Amino acid sequence: MQRSRLANSYKFLHFDRFVFPMKLTFENRIALVTGAGRGIGRAIAEHLAAEGAMVICVSKNADSCGAVADAINQSGGKAQALAVDVADKVAVAAACEALLTEHTCIDILVNNAGITKDNLLIRMSEEDWDLVLTTNLSSVFYWTKGLIRPMTKKRFGRIINISSVVGLIGNAGQANYAAAKAGLLGYTKTLAREFASRAITANVVAPGFTATDMTAGLSPEVMEMAKKTIPLGRMGEAADIARIVTYLASEESGYITGQVFSVDGGMVM
Amino acid sequence: MSDLSIEERVKRIIVNQLNVNEEQVVPTAHFLNDLGADSLDTVELVMAFEEEFKAELQGKEIPETDAEKLMTVGDINAYITSKM
Repeated sequence: MQRSRLANSYKFLHFDRFVFPMKLTFENRIALVTGAGRGIGRAIAEHLAAEGAMVICVSKNADSCGAVADAINQSGGKAQALAVDVADKVAVAAACEALLTEHTCIDILVNNAGITKDNLLIRMSEEDWDLVLTTNLSSVFYWTKGLIRPMTKKRFGRIINISSVVGLIGNAGQANYAAAKAGLLGYTKTLAREFASRAITANVVAPGFTATDMTAGLSPEVMEMAKKTIPLGRMGEAADIARIVTYLASEESGYITGQVFSVDGGMVM
Repeated sequence: MSDLSIEERVKRIIVNQLNVNEEQVVPTAHFLNDLGADSLDTVELVMAFEEEFKAELQGKEIPETDAEKLMTVGDINAYITSKM
């Protein structure tokens, strides 16, 4: 009775096996999101928590990750705040060790933290180059090194690295940022190959122009110009990024690895 | 503390980690060539030995430079014994 009604409602589909409505599985999963204090990272943390994952919200500033974790906990989710500077390798290693003592395994790692220090190459200082490369690229290596071992043991892991459209096509004034974001692609594809035998997947999401604090500083003229390069004609929302990250973090995405997903309104095709 | 000998505990871990038969785990057996391990398996094996022999290793990790030389069952037995 039940089944025939279901079959009727899908009368154009022929089922030769059970088809389950898509519902993402996050049972007992623990996720760690860097740069979770605001913008895209905050949206990712909130979406993962809404699906049932326990989320460790990392940001440099204790107040901002604390506020996000509080908001998640108050709305019925589970979250923990963790204030760490991702560019500080000693601090990251110590944080990972403490986390693994408490939780045994962090199942999902979302490397989202990133900064910009824009300047034309001729005027770009070595300090600004180093700072952006360390914060946006080396930090990803520190977190992965710190958290990967239990994933290999558990034969489960989801690593999602947030790159940028700038890492794919470059952008005047962002040599350091573009280099770091492009570096994530080769890094992630290598992880995908190294850990595939342990059912750990690694993927990249490359946002385009997304409405966050990072892009709020752009002048109205730059914004207008940017919109003209976006076929869908608008800026992205943090939630647009968070939704695909959530899917890639779920159990259901297990056959996808080493891929780069552009979420940019069609800027790069 | 386990009543089993070092050799027996090593064998048990290898059988579990690499899904091999006990008879295959002889002192001359090479993890990669004889027991079908891949390079990640060898890393996981070392992690498992560190856990099992925490007391014998005084809670220390096996350094990378030592770990890469531990390629046979006999190597592991000798290494753990030497640290006691």
